[in-house]
Amino acid sequence: MQNPASLPRPGSRLVPRVLIGLALVLTLVIVVAPLIYIFTRAFAEGAAVYAKNILDPLTLHAIWLTALVAVIAVPINIAFGIAAAWSIARFRFPGRSLLVTAVEIPFSISPIIAGICYLLLYGRQGLLGPWLEGHDIQILFALPGIVLVTLFVTSPFVAREVLPLMQAQGSEQEQAAVTLGASGWQIFRRVTLPNIRWALLYGAVLCTARAVGEFGGVSVVSGSIRGQTNTLPLHVELMFNDLNVTGAFAAASTLTLIAIVTLLLKAALEGRRG
Amino acid sequence: MTETAAPIRAKRVLPGFTLSLGTTLLYLTVIVLIPVAALILKGAEIGPARFWSIISAPRAIAAFQLTLIAALIATLINAAYGLLMAWVLTRYEFPGRRLLDALMDVPFALPTAVAGLSLTALFSGNGWFGQVLEPAGISIVYTIWGVAIAMTFTSIPFVVRTVQPVLEDLDPSLEQAARTLGASEGKIFTRVVFPQILPAYLAGCTIALARSLGEFGAIVFIAGNLPFKTEIAALLAFIRLEEYDYQGASAIALVLLFFALVLLVISNRLQAWAMRYRGAE
Amino acid sequence: MKHGLIRAAALAIGIGAAVPALAQDKILNVSYDIGREVYEALNPLFIADWKEQTGRDLTIDQSHGGSSKQARAILEGLPADVVTFNQEIDVDMLAKGGMLPEDWRTKLPNNASPYYSLPSFLVRKGNPKNIHDWSDLARDDVAPVFPNPKTSGNGRYTYLAAYAYGLEQNGGDAAKAQDLVRAIFANVPVFDTGGRASTQTFAEREIGDVLITFEAETGAIAQQYADKGFERVTPSLSLFSAFPAAVVTENADKNGTEEVSNAYLNWLYSPEAQEVIAQNFYRVNDPAVAEKHAAEFPDVKLVTVDEVFGGWDAINAEHFAEGGILDEVFVNR
Repeated sequence: MQNPASLPRPGSRLVPRVLIGLALVLTLVIVVAPLIYIFTRAFAEGAAVYAKNILDPLTLHAIWLTALVAVIAVPINIAFGIAAAWSIARFRFPGRSLLVTAVEIPFSISPIIAGICYLLLYGRQGLLGPWLEGHDIQILFALPGIVLVTLFVTSPFVAREVLPLMQAQGSEQEQAAVTLGASGWQIFRRVTLPNIRWALLYGAVLCTARAVGEFGGVSVVSGSIRGQTNTLPLHVELMFNDLNVTGAFAAASTLTLIAIVTLLLKAALEGRRG
Repeated sequence: MTETAAPIRAKRVLPGFTLSLGTTLLYLTVIVLIPVAALILKGAEIGPARFWSIISAPRAIAAFQLTLIAALIATLINAAYGLLMAWVLTRYEFPGRRLLDALMDVPFALPTAVAGLSLTALFSGNGWFGQVLEPAGISIVYTIWGVAIAMTFTSIPFVVRTVQPVLEDLDPSLEQAARTLGASEGKIFTRVVFPQILPAYLAGCTIALARSLGEFGAIVFIAGNLPFKTEIAALLAFIRLEEYDYQGASAIALVLLFFALVLLVISNRLQAWAMRYRGAE
Repeated sequence: MKHGLIRAAALAIGIGAAVPALAQDKILNVSYDIGREVYEALNPLFIADWKEQTGRDLTIDQSHGGSSKQARAILEGLPADVVTFNQEIDVDMLAKGGMLPEDWRTKLPNNASPYYSLPSFLVRKGNPKNIHDWSDLARDDVAPVFPNPKTSGNGRYTYLAAYAYGLEQNGGDAAKAQDLVRAIFANVPVFDTGGRASTQTFAEREIGDVLITFEAETGAIAQQYADKGFERVTPSLSLFSAFPAAVVTENADKNGTEEVSNAYLNWLYSPEAQEVIAQNFYRVNDPAVAEKHAAEFPDVKLVTVDEVFGGWDAINAEHFAEGGILDEVFVNR
């Protein structure tokens, strides 16, 4: 990475100033305004109403459910991300580039379509529906369905961050460790993990943000039972439809706070990655 | 960086091949491939004639058209904005640069439904932007422009984040050489810098386009969901589902799936090209 | 053995699903989109009643959405114990899917409809577009807002009511009725998937000149948005809209909730419940309660689905089936 400070300073030249100004103004309009607007609307009726909206049992349950889904989905996808990156970066095998594409499929598929896929598979009338019902297993309209769709949507995030780094670093260190007689687990813990930990954390942070915010896919499989299967993003829509716009923005503001914390974490991690 | 970076002999040396590949394949199969296969199976049930009549129905055509046009508008906006941001963030030092850099990831971190809610309120008649735009006769909410703006917002990071690292890694001596030869800054950019970032730039634009085509959460709030005017394809699939029309939903979903996969393959090809480009230097 | 393992695994992933798993009765009422306020008011009363009668604690979970969408979700596995819909064909759909008996209408009084309503209008302050009846909705300068008849029972009743009006005005001429409905549909700027989303479109987003939704909703919205001065307009003719209730026996059996589910739905006919329902702007059958609230419900000529259309089966075949009249006026606009 090049330190921008070593680049020619903009000085008094016009072009850089115009470009920087343009960048600032556009970002203010496109990115910052929507962020600030959420909080102004959430507090539009004062802090007391805001607190009441947030402390509503249904909102609290939505927060709890969303956190639970993230707590289940993120570690699983970290494990998947590491496994995928390890196999793709460290070995050559037929179909390897196909695998790279397959890992990224969920990234480009509309989450709605992910939801439809799961409905067609696990729904009572889906491919596995009769079998599941015969065994009294409830997947859709319950936590497992929400977790599965979230896993689908967030699966590429860790792999995408870790894979390029492992490819760039090469495997010399690990091979050296092998010749020194280290076991696979030792190599991973002592050599690989320290090298990729910041990318891993970075991927995990993005994965968490996405898991917390997933809307389209979950909306297909949730059934939106209040206080049961209503995640926070769905709760935003539900409050909106309950004609409680301020409440919707209050719920949205908690999600926005999570997003901001995510970005702060990420910025801190980037400093570490340097 | 390139595929050759993983030496073939590593296969024999490093442990964990079976475990890691097995885990990856099993997980991908269960979480991604089987559900997608369920969709394709459902699509196969429909039969070609019926499939064609679903996706060529006027409302479906209108939805595909709208989705594509709005996604192209969004991608064009992001192509310009993303390039500008990548350039400004890597080439100039100014107060607030790091903050600006961090802000580029907001659309990744912010749930799309929240973004949609906020953008809708901002641009509707009584919102901050709507108050200015509506009297001027420009309406954004419930028009194709609303759809495009929601898509733009959610795909902002893709162009910036693919171009930025390439710009950072560029060899400054080429530019300096051009400068000493008396080339104007504009000429240096178009002749020296741009060709080098082109593959990454195109890859970023492609993935932004793919993301825009599939975006749902942000758009349903701002689009007004008017058939033939502001109904996007993903929403039409959702509505077909709610109408209990599984074949309709599956057929539309399959078309979107197909486009997403094509764009993904293109993007990966472009990325590989970009890697070779950089590796060759 | 294999069975046990699968069950254990399912249990393990299902743990979180049963988060507030207290030892008590629990039912899920899957309901139509705009029913949230009325059930929010009703449920605590029944829970208290149930506690008094049986000494057992009861939790009632609610899910609201377009009623056809809800029916589909139940067929896909949404574990509803009872449904309170605004559309009989959606309950019929559950019956066809084997979720409840075909003769569900006989299980509760009044064809299993504890209360009823009708499509009615809500206009902006001062009624600037001078909207009084269905024919006004077909005028070029009027933008009506109502939900998608494909996904919402509310929207379907609106479609049928407009059609019934067209038939009456034109001496039963189906082509002319169709023209009227087509003209109305062509004026609609937004078709949301549920009744409440349409209300949002009209009230919050300020789109359209008139909202067509159940009378119950126009009453609630006029009250909620008192500052906006919306005015309720009752058309000269409208359609009797049954709000059917049924126990989803397939699920209730499995969950062991049949008794409480039946008690809950029967209780909706009690004077106590009927009073709350009437306060929420629905019309009720209990004579005393209806009498008490008579002034709040303007006279209107109510026709029924059986009288005008010959029943839901005929409607399904003629209007709502693929390629039916609804598709013709709705899609080819």
